[in-house]
Amino acid sequence: MAHPAPQASGPAASEQADRAGETLLSVDKVTRNFGGLSAVSNVSLQIRRGELVGLIGPNGAGKTTVFNLLTGVYPPSHGAIEFTRDDRTRDIGGMAPHRICAAGIGRTFQNIRLFKDLSVLDNVKIAMQANVPYGLFAAMFHTPKFHKAEVEIVDRSMELLGIMNLADKAGAQARNLSYGDQRHLEIARALATEPTLLLLDEPAAGMNPAETSQLTDLITSLRERFKLSILLIEHDMSLVMRICERLYVLDHGVVIASGSPDEVRRHPKVIEAYLGEEADV
Amino acid sequence: MGEFAQQVINGLSLGSIYALIALGYTMVYGIIQLINFAHGDVYMVGAYVGYFSMTTLRLGFFESLLIAMVICMVLGVVIERVAYKPLRNSTRIAVLITAIGVSLLLEYTMMFFVGAAVRSYPPLPDYLTGSFQVGGVTVGNQQVLIIGVSLLLMAILQLIVRRTRVGRAMRAVSQDADAARLMGINVDNTISFTFALGSALAGAAGVLVGVYYNSINPLMGILPGLKAFVAAVFGGIGLIPGALIGGFFIGGVETFVSAAGQSLYKDAVVFGILIAILIIKPTGLLGRNVKEKV
Repeated sequence: MAHPAPQASGPAASEQADRAGETLLSVDKVTRNFGGLSAVSNVSLQIRRGELVGLIGPNGAGKTTVFNLLTGVYPPSHGAIEFTRDDRTRDIGGMAPHRICAAGIGRTFQNIRLFKDLSVLDNVKIAMQANVPYGLFAAMFHTPKFHKAEVEIVDRSMELLGIMNLADKAGAQARNLSYGDQRHLEIARALATEPTLLLLDEPAAGMNPAETSQLTDLITSLRERFKLSILLIEHDMSLVMRICERLYVLDHGVVIASGSPDEVRRHPKVIEAYLGEEADV
Repeated sequence: MGEFAQQVINGLSLGSIYALIALGYTMVYGIIQLINFAHGDVYMVGAYVGYFSMTTLRLGFFESLLIAMVICMVLGVVIERVAYKPLRNSTRIAVLITAIGVSLLLEYTMMFFVGAAVRSYPPLPDYLTGSFQVGGVTVGNQQVLIIGVSLLLMAILQLIVRRTRVGRAMRAVSQDADAARLMGINVDNTISFTFALGSALAGAAGVLVGVYYNSINPLMGILPGLKAFVAAVFGGIGLIPGALIGGFFIGGVETFVSAAGQSLYKDAVVFGILIAILIIKPTGLLGRNVKEKV
C-alpha cells in the first residue's frame, strides 16, 4: 500500500506501529468464557501489514476460538480486537461476522465448510458478491450494469480458480472435488471476499508431505500477489517453521511464548507444553 | 379420454395453487429448518386482501393480485422479524410452537375483524369467466389464468434464486448459514428476503383460490396449508423443484379422487400419501439421504 505515513487513530495502533509496517490487527487482553470455562484468557497478539504469523499449540489450546473471536462468530468476554483498514482503526470485537468479513478479514475452516451442493464457481461467486454493486431490479431485467457486474464477477472468480489450479473444475459440484481440491477451493473462496488479513485454519490438515510442500509455496505466493497479511493455525511444523516470520504459542488458552520460529523452538515452556519429545527434530 | 383430459386440466389448476404455497414452505424450511405453520394463514390473508381490493377499492384482478402479494410480503417479513428472529438460537421445537401460535393469531385476528362468515369472491370480468373447448375438453379462462399466473411467478422465482446475488446468498445460507455469514453474507436479510418471496407467492395463491373456489373464510388457510406442506414433503422439503412436483402431484391426486366420486376421501388420501412418504422415503422424491454427522 502506497499510503503516506499512516496516521494511527487508536492508542494501541500508535504504540504498536513500528518500522516493519503499521499494525493491522491488535488483539488486546482478550478473554472468552464458555460457562465457567475460559477457552482463551488474556490473549494479546499483533499482526503488522504483510506479515505471515503462525498460531500454534496443542489440541484444545484455543486456537480456533481465537479465529472465531477474530471473525465475530462470538464476541470476546473481555478485551478489545482492533483492526485497521484504510487508516481507520476499529474495535471489531463482537461485530457481526458479515461486517467483519466486509472490513477485510477472510478465513478458511479447519473442517472444510464449502457450499457442497453448489458448483465450484458459485462458491467463489457468492463470496465475491459483497463487493459488487447491483440491485434486484438489475438482476431480474438484465440491465447492462448487471451484465457488466456479472461478467466481472465471473472473470475474477475464474482468475482465482486459475490461481488455485481449479479452473478446469469450475462447473463441478464442490462435494465432488478431491480433498486437496476442496482445501484449495476454501482458500479461493476466502480470497474472493477480498481480505487484507487472511486466517487459515490448518490449511495442510490431511495432506501428504508433497502436497504440504506445494501448499507452502502457494501460501507464500498468495501473500505476494494479494498483498496479504496471514495468520495461520497449523500442526505441520515443517510448514510453520518454513514460512512463518513470527509465532504465537497457545496452551490452555494462554499465550505461553511468541517470537521467531527459532526462538519459539528453543523456548522451554514450548518444549514442555507442545513439542515434547519431538523438540529435537 | 376427454374426461381424463378434463381432470388433468382441473388437477393442474389446483396443483399450481398448492405448488405456490408449497414453495414458501420449502424455501423457509430450506433456509432455517422451520416448518412455518403460519404460512397457510398468510395465504388466507392474501385472499382477504384480494377480496377487499376488488370490492371496497373496486380494483381489477391483476391490481388486486399485486396488492395482495405486496401486503403478504410485508406480513411475512414482519412475522419473521417479530416472532422467529428472536428465537434464532432456540430449539427447533420452540420456533415450531411459535409458528403454531402465529397461525392461530392470524386466524382469529382476521375473524375478529371480518367475522367468521364465509364470503364469496366478487364476480370476475367477462374475459375471465368464459370458457372454450379444446378437442372436447372445456377449459375455463379462469383455469388458464390460474395456471398462467402460477407458472409466471414460478419462473420469476427461479430467475431470482438462480441468477441473482440474493438468490445465490439464499442457496449458500441454506447449506451452511455460519460459513455464509463468515463469507460476508448478511444472513438475517437473506432470511427476511426468503420469507418475503414465500409470502408473496402465498398471497398470490390466496387470490387465485378466491377466484377458483369463489369463497373465503378466516380458517381457509388450514387445510390447503397442510396439503401444501404434504406437497413440499412429497417432493423433498427444502428443495424448490420438489415443491413444484409435489404441488402438482397432490393437486392431481385430489382431483382424480374427487372425479372418481370419492371426494369425501380426498383429504384422507392426501394425508395417507404423507404417511406413506414418511415411511418409505422420508427425504421425499428428490431428497438425498443425508448421513447424520457423528
